[in-house]
Amino acid sequence: MIHSLFLINSSGDIFLEKHWKSVVSRSVCDYFFEAQERATEAENVPPVIPTPHHYLLSVYRHKIFFVAVIQTEVPPLFVIEFLHRVVDTFQDYFGVCSEVVIKDNVVVVYEVLEEMLDNGFPLATESNILKELIKPPTILRTVVNTITGSTNVGDQLPTGQLSVVPWRRTGVKYTNNEAYFDVIEEIDAIIDKSGSTITAEIQGVIDACVKLTGMPDLTLSFMNPRLLDDVSFHPCVRFKRWESERILSFIPPDGNFRLLSYHVSAQNLVAIPVYVKHNINFRDSSSLGRFEITVGPKQTMGKTVEGVMVTSQMPKGVLNMSLTPSQGIHTFDPVTKLLSWDVGKINPQKLPSLKGTMSLQAGTSKPDENPTINLQFKIQQLAISGLKVNRLDMYGEKYKPFKGIKYMTKAGKFQVRT
Amino acid sequence: MTDSKYFTTTKKGEIFELKAELNSDKKEKKKEAVKKVIASMTVGKDVSTGMALFPDVVNCMQTDNLELKKLVYLYLMNYAKSQPDMAIMAVNTFVKDCEDPNPLIRALAVRTMGCIRVDKITEYLCEPLRKCLKDEDPYVRKTAAVCVAKLHDINAQLVEDQGFLDTLKDLISDSNPMVVANAVAALSEIAESHPSSNLLDLNPQSINKLLTALNECTEWGQIFILDCLANYMPKDDREAQSICERVTPRLSHANSAVVLSAVKVLMKFMEMLSKDLDYYGTLLKKLAPPLVTLLSAEPELQYVALRNINLIVQKRPEILKHEMKVFFVKYNDPIYVKLEKLDIMIRLASQANIAQVLAELKEYATEVDVDFVRKAVRAIGRCAIKVEEAVERVVERERSLGASCRELLQKSGPSGLVAGRGAHGAPLGTQSPAGRLCPSCVRRDQPQARAAMIWIVGEYAERIDNADELLESFLEGFHDESTQVQLQLLTAIVKLFLKKPTETQELVQQVLSLATQRSGPVPLGAASGLYSWLLRSLPGLFAQEPVTSAFPNISEETDLIEPTLLDELICYIGTLASVYHKPPTAFVEGSRGIVHKSLPPRTGSSESAESPDAAPSGPPPSEPPAVIPTQGDLLGDLLNLDLGPPAEGLDSLALPAPSLALDWALTAQRVAWAREGLDSLVGPGGAGLAWSVLSPGSPCPEPGSGLGAHSSAGGVGSGRLGQPAVAPRTVWLPAMKAKGLEISGTFSRQVGTISMDLLLTNKALQVMSDFAIQFNRNSFGLAPAAPLQIHAPLAPNQTVEISLPLNTVGSVMKMEPLNNLQVAVKNNIDVFYFSTLYPLHILFVEDGKMERQMFLATWKDIPNENEAQFQIKECPLSADAVSSKLQGSNIFTVAKRNVEGQDMLYQSLKLTNGIWVLAELRIQPGSPGLMLSVKCRAPEVSPYVYQAYETIVKN
Repeated sequence: MIHSLFLINSSGDIFLEKHWKSVVSRSVCDYFFEAQERATEAENVPPVIPTPHHYLLSVYRHKIFFVAVIQTEVPPLFVIEFLHRVVDTFQDYFGVCSEVVIKDNVVVVYEVLEEMLDNGFPLATESNILKELIKPPTILRTVVNTITGSTNVGDQLPTGQLSVVPWRRTGVKYTNNEAYFDVIEEIDAIIDKSGSTITAEIQGVIDACVKLTGMPDLTLSFMNPRLLDDVSFHPCVRFKRWESERILSFIPPDGNFRLLSYHVSAQNLVAIPVYVKHNINFRDSSSLGRFEITVGPKQTMGKTVEGVMVTSQMPKGVLNMSLTPSQGIHTFDPVTKLLSWDVGKINPQKLPSLKGTMSLQAGTSKPDENPTINLQFKIQQLAISGLKVNRLDMYGEKYKPFKGIKYMTKAGKFQVRT
Repeated sequence: MTDSKYFTTTKKGEIFELKAELNSDKKEKKKEAVKKVIASMTVGKDVSTGMALFPDVVNCMQTDNLELKKLVYLYLMNYAKSQPDMAIMAVNTFVKDCEDPNPLIRALAVRTMGCIRVDKITEYLCEPLRKCLKDEDPYVRKTAAVCVAKLHDINAQLVEDQGFLDTLKDLISDSNPMVVANAVAALSEIAESHPSSNLLDLNPQSINKLLTALNECTEWGQIFILDCLANYMPKDDREAQSICERVTPRLSHANSAVVLSAVKVLMKFMEMLSKDLDYYGTLLKKLAPPLVTLLSAEPELQYVALRNINLIVQKRPEILKHEMKVFFVKYNDPIYVKLEKLDIMIRLASQANIAQVLAELKEYATEVDVDFVRKAVRAIGRCAIKVEEAVERVVERERSLGASCRELLQKSGPSGLVAGRGAHGAPLGTQSPAGRLCPSCVRRDQPQARAAMIWIVGEYAERIDNADELLESFLEGFHDESTQVQLQLLTAIVKLFLKKPTETQELVQQVLSLATQRSGPVPLGAASGLYSWLLRSLPGLFAQEPVTSAFPNISEETDLIEPTLLDELICYIGTLASVYHKPPTAFVEGSRGIVHKSLPPRTGSSESAESPDAAPSGPPPSEPPAVIPTQGDLLGDLLNLDLGPPAEGLDSLALPAPSLALDWALTAQRVAWAREGLDSLVGPGGAGLAWSVLSPGSPCPEPGSGLGAHSSAGGVGSGRLGQPAVAPRTVWLPAMKAKGLEISGTFSRQVGTISMDLLLTNKALQVMSDFAIQFNRNSFGLAPAAPLQIHAPLAPNQTVEISLPLNTVGSVMKMEPLNNLQVAVKNNIDVFYFSTLYPLHILFVEDGKMERQMFLATWKDIPNENEAQFQIKECPLSADAVSSKLQGSNIFTVAKRNVEGQDMLYQSLKLTNGIWVLAELRIQPGSPGLMLSVKCRAPEVSPYVYQAYETIVKN
């Protein structure tokens, strides 16, 4: 099982280590540093690195490497999933997950890690339960603790730990009972030169924030559940009911959680909400190239596309770019050759465009590679797959909760080839 | 106020200060001090500070403040090993805490004690641990279960002596799923270091317990349980199926490790399921979406998933064959994900998607990363070789591929060579003129790239206008080139000469003289010698063979994992072994002799010969078994078979496994008998009997002698084993009507293929040859799927037996009667015509089983006037026997009911042209007849369905 954990920052310092079995010398990380050097960018460090006596499994998030050390045959996905869970827990506890914050809360971090694993076996990874065992630091609590001498550590066995609904604690009380659901969809797409879709798929999630008294039993039904043929559920969802009736029935955890994630595959037709018209021309002999892109809405079901951001990695031969946007702000970094253009909202009457020239290195032939354009955008009140919640009902409790459902579509990895 | 303040003290006297604080009366001070110690511990420095304070910290342990207690425990776990004598001081507190009324403290104490890796402490641990393993609180029990594993790691002998392993095994049957999960995890870990000890002795009861716990425990527990399940060997395919059914819901879990472990279990147990089971297909379909979903997770998870998908795709390509697009590389994928995706794309490339794949690969070839580009180019080559057949369909792509090959050859030396070889497989621009190549692009770079380029020029010389110029330009520097390039150049010029002899004679002479002059390595001299000899002696002959073979074909299979290793790796899906594509023995440190895992064998002897992934596509159960068991084996099987009571309702999806396997065997045997003229069945004495039955004297063989023996022997188990009904051969074309050619035949349907089994006898005095067959248009579009293959001429009095496969894609014309088939047979003498009636049941397709609901709805939907009633007389069979007989010919029982002592069977069947026929069969016990009601939207088929029924039932 998981032997040890090292946290390493981007400059290669090990700033935290935790061992669940015998202590493994931190020199084991040298193998990791070697691999890091070979990989030009931090993202490219391979997640599984063998060393003579151990395996190093790592994830890279928030500019921190979380490196787990294992000694025996362990499912790597189990380790990697766990590491992501650690990061999520830190984020949940401290709001952000950064080196500074972890150092500031090192004792809590240590206590949490100890609670999460025992001898390398996961113990409590549900953040609801962890928070009962070790209370997250808040300014108020720190003040109170210093005055009264009380502690961050709960001395009661968390109630959920062993019940049939381990994700929910008992005795939850709220004055305002509310349940909010966010349907968030991300489009991953590759669009080719001519504007036709090579692949497009939707990754959707339903995130919930449920603050309900007692033991509510919820059912959520959809207008078009057929869309959801590839789903992953939170453990609270009753799978049998979904199989037979296509209804989500569950006793929710308390607070924020991800109810469901789904995937609408490339085989279904995915609506592409924006298009990019581009004309990028490296002239062979002259040292000037033409650059022109226009962004416009396509299938948006009448909603506004906002938060549009265009980035593109220009070829090495491009020395500088002199461009004029019709709206928004653009920057070009001549060192990294990264062009980014913060467009903002798309007004269908006046399409945003970015035009100008590129100065190219004189004397070299035109670059081999064409820049790929990465696009980010947001559309409120729309789930692009067409998924719609039909109704939400509550059983098991008497009060009337306040319910709300929000939809949003975002670009995931949305790329346009030129 | 943050914890970072704990790091700030480094002045002298710090230890002294801390000591004072630790011994302070104030809890708060103590706690702060311990926190400081811990803080320095977390960064792995200042160990001396921690050690010097050992007794002081341990003193803080006796407190009722849980946080302080926990902090001290944390400290102890880290430092006890270096201060074993001091650690003993803590033992009393631990033992006391193990009796605490608060389960949280009891669990904490036993948990921490296990983590203190000091031999002396372990002695004291045994008693509290024993108590905790039987604690009333499940939280304590589950913690204690893990503690056994810890203790085992420190002192394995002690654990065995104290009998903890047995207690741990008992916990597998614990009432709390979390306890079960932890017990399984602990046992698995112990078992890993002791592979010989039979710790996880799984039996159907414990499996059932595990499956129940699987639904209720945490995600991590599910991983342990699934991994444990994967080691179980179900006793038959039924058990395998039922486990699969209970594991399938895990595929929808949010935790990717759970999903992959579930995939492992399913991939392994699937091996035991027969391919013609409906459930097998369902399972295949269910596996694709979760695998695709794994690819939308974080890149690190994607990487592991992709490595595993790579294995799965090799084992069962059909699962993901439609999901090519999800493997398309995104610009900002990490490089390790890109490379894996590329590999899988090649594996999935097929005729259907080759165009798309090539276009995509070409796109990648313009990327920045050199490694990736190199691999992409290699991929183009491998794809081209793999899908050689598809070449003509993708001419357009070829052109661009050719163009990009040229670019790439300059770009990426050695890999260009592979691209060149790739082009060999998928001839570059077979139909498209490559036009003029720019000499400058050919002249650059490494010798390997040049060699490849020259090879391309030579190979496609007729389409490259300036081929001679290009090659000539190389000759100038001939002596400076490497042997590889020289050899290639020599070959290319000879090829060019063969294609354009008139214009290039000079060039050839030039190169040959250059090559022979040179006192180079043998192959070059030898080759040029050979070529000059060839050119001199065989001027008119195109010496294609030696020339084209100069570039040996490579196979795309080079990267495939060897099948036995693949099977073993499939058992290790989701583990490190699967990431490295090596069995654990090859790399895991300290694994003391890992037991080799292997996929379970498929049940049923006749199926073992069938390679599990031989079916390229299409419906899985499409292949007949390749090897037919000998008769002795078969009878042995029959005798050993437990034919118990018939499975309750054959309408349930699966037949019991053994009978299913036997069904296969019998079907195969039946075919063999039919082909061998049945003589093998009647024994040694009866050899030759069958032929006499088919002699001209008896034009229509009666089901007597040989055939009687056939049906009675075949009927040993046929009461309950459905098998396609095959009518005996009848003479269709008597010899006197066809100038001595006699044709007798019958129709049969075996696992999805209709065939016309013919027996051609030459009764004339001259040899017959040049046979061909043709059908007139008919009601169901029956047509020969292959030409009539009679290789040798038919000598007088010789008989040949042919099975002609048929399809139903011919032209359709309604015939009267409906099942009339007009056939023309030609030979070297004349063309002969005859007509025959085929039994309708050869047109009943395998997927003719209707859903119950569907059936009800359709039955109501069809107007009553379409219903036809028939009586099948003299059929003293039970309902189950009838149902199974009919199922053998693809008449499926949808439901069975008993009304007033009568058995009612509701059945459905589908014809090749998509017409559904519903039937109700009434069986009155005691009465020998059956009542058949047939309902169909096309009522004209009803009488023929009835005929089919009668034939099958009485067969």
